Amino acid sequence: MNLQMIFAGFGGQGVLLMGQLIAYAGMLSGKEVSWMPAYGPEMRGGSANCSVVVSDEPVGSPKVEDADVVVAMNKPSMAAFEKSVVPGGLLIYNSSLIDDKPKRADIRAVPVPVSEISSELGSPKVANMVMLGAVAKLTGAFSAEELVDALRHKLGSAKEGMMQMNREAIDRGMAVAEG
Amino acid sequence: MAAPAIYGRPKFLTDAPFHYCPGCTHGIVHRLIAEVLGEKFEQDEVIGVAPVGCAVFAYNYFNCDMFEAAHGRAPAVATGIKRAQPDKIVFTYQGDGDLASIGMAETVHAAARGENITIIFINNGIYGMTGGQMAPTTLIGEKTSTSPFGRTAAANGNPIHVSEMLATLNGPSLIARVSVHDVKNVLNAKKLIAKAFQNQADGKGFSLIEVLSTCPTNWGKSPLEALQFVSERMIPEYPLGTLKEV
Amino acid sequence: MNRQMMKGNEAIAEAAVQAGCRFFFGYPITPQNEIPEYMSRRLVEVGGQFVQAESEVAAINMVYGAAGTGARSMTSSSSPGISLKQEGISYIAGAELPCVIVNIVRGGPGLGSIQPAQSDYYQATRGGGHGDYRMPVYAPASVQEAVELTQRAFDVADKYRTPVMILGDGIIGQMMEPVTMPEYTAPAFDRSWAATGWKEGCGRERAVINSLYIQPDVLEKHVNKLARKYAAISENETMVEELYMDDAEYAVVAYGTTARIALTAVRRAREDGVKVGLIRPVTVWPFPEKAIEDAAGRVKGMLAVEMSLGQMIDDVRLAARDRCPVRFYGRTGGIVPGVREIHAAIHAMKEEL
Repeated sequence: MNLQMIFAGFGGQGVLLMGQLIAYAGMLSGKEVSWMPAYGPEMRGGSANCSVVVSDEPVGSPKVEDADVVVAMNKPSMAAFEKSVVPGGLLIYNSSLIDDKPKRADIRAVPVPVSEISSELGSPKVANMVMLGAVAKLTGAFSAEELVDALRHKLGSAKEGMMQMNREAIDRGMAVAEG
Repeated sequence: MAAPAIYGRPKFLTDAPFHYCPGCTHGIVHRLIAEVLGEKFEQDEVIGVAPVGCAVFAYNYFNCDMFEAAHGRAPAVATGIKRAQPDKIVFTYQGDGDLASIGMAETVHAAARGENITIIFINNGIYGMTGGQMAPTTLIGEKTSTSPFGRTAAANGNPIHVSEMLATLNGPSLIARVSVHDVKNVLNAKKLIAKAFQNQADGKGFSLIEVLSTCPTNWGKSPLEALQFVSERMIPEYPLGTLKEV
Repeated sequence: MNRQMMKGNEAIAEAAVQAGCRFFFGYPITPQNEIPEYMSRRLVEVGGQFVQAESEVAAINMVYGAAGTGARSMTSSSSPGISLKQEGISYIAGAELPCVIVNIVRGGPGLGSIQPAQSDYYQATRGGGHGDYRMPVYAPASVQEAVELTQRAFDVADKYRTPVMILGDGIIGQMMEPVTMPEYTAPAFDRSWAATGWKEGCGRERAVINSLYIQPDVLEKHVNKLARKYAAISENETMVEELYMDDAEYAVVAYGTTARIALTAVRRAREDGVKVGLIRPVTVWPFPEKAIEDAAGRVKGMLAVEMSLGQMIDDVRLAARDRCPVRFYGRTGGIVPGVREIHAAIHAMKEEL
């Protein structure tokens, strides 16, 4: 495996956490991983993005330019990173906030209405977990259990109360991606 | 009749002869510090920091572990020492260029932190070691090699009153200005230097004693004239007294 | 030991604490703020001291004070702040004190940018401050390596009584990677030189922590002594990694983050059939001259890749001794050279040479 991913959106959408959880899940399954956030002026206007690499080999560049997977949580992110997807790669986008259609025909674009789903679940905060479930499913990289483990690892036992909701969100994301 | 007092070399001074010019009061202040330290502490309880300036070789004179600091940085160096060796008495000995010009930030912030150190600040209103240039404490009208027509506020700025300024801070436990131009004042200076070191031993925090001092060589005066200059010209600008005591 | 995801800056700080560093003096500047932030809470737990200094100048002088007592001490900053620390670094080298200085490099000159850069190479490897001195400089390429090199830096600092620099960049500082904290035990070092309180008959000389030698002949003797120390460091402490160099016809030379980006490019070029390898200086001072010189005798050309307009390339050329041509590719200003660009530069070198 050598999965190069970019997660992008605006601050508060949990974009950096999504990337970290994928990296954690990779680490917990014995892979080599890196997580590199954009910082400083790249984050101007409240946008956030990070590069994640999950690989069987030691990671080369931690900054992803040719992404197997781009996750776009808002419109500016899709505009900025659609071009970074390798031909045949995957663009997963938040269709709750992005009404444009991706322009490229040589990639696989999957809309996921994460805001609607998370609202149905009763917590808009878990939109990123819905997306994470979809990402895991579409890439086939991780199971729901592995993501929940990663979440536990990252957040610690103090947040155990939130696990059920997060698990539901991940499951819904996976189900949507399948359908 | 009481036995005559016999003076010897304090244990906190080495055998090295001072290099200071005739009539310079650095030697008096060195001796006062050494006497106070000897009366209160063992040699291994004290670590000193020498400045850049005429007292740069103070590490040859004070008979305890010593540091030589970069110009103005003695309060920062002393902070590092005190944090690593909190049980030691840590002092710096600094002139006006060192403390009030290039090292003003280090001085003010060590004071504001209430860093538990003692600073002996020698104010003679001139850069001695480099040959008599204007200091931040040079008096208005005073001629130096870089204010050859006499210092003016318009051309050279105003003298800085370090003790008054530091006394506005919450950190310090003792800020006082003393002089060593006559016996009475020398004795008083020793009293305040002793108090400053005692404060540190008692954990009271930052103390600074400003000592009005002479520089006959660069002032172009005889030793006697220099002492008169302190009492007649410097004290009116820099009044003696305790400016802050907690 | 557990593998933990750690941000580079925090991993460096934790590695220092586990190496026995108990005194940290710093000042905020991006992109290294996680180091002082981490130290401000972590050192409290282990009975150490953290001071947010009034300036980088003050911070390095606080290090001078603490290091002079023999305590493991550290400061960190980023490029403009490291410029301010040069005064203290020179004094620390002159006074022969051990300490570790972390530079998480950002773009320059001047205020520059806050993005990753390698444009402080000259400053780091040529001493940076005034006077005849050298300073070991480690350039980690991963968070794990940053941890290991930070701990090694403390040992080398103590062994040779010298300041040691960790030269990272915004990527090393900001990225997260899995880290396994090594089981670290500090070797025993002679610290009888340290100023910890002296009295007559205590069994050692009175300590004077000092870099002033007013007599030229005495200073010359002192600087010659330092030079012998630097020669020993060059002899014993040079570190370099060579990858795909066995059959290489071309070599990319890069350090730190750039080296791992270059490694991806090298692998791609290998897939295209180009016999190219990577030489990665781990210490940039001492520079791995021998490895470069040996390789220069075997390859058709070398490509120095840097996040600057070319600073390390001077060392590559000096070491290569004209045995092969040396080409350059770099980006600057806080722009990270991409895999595609380096890959293209490798092909361009192959076409030309």
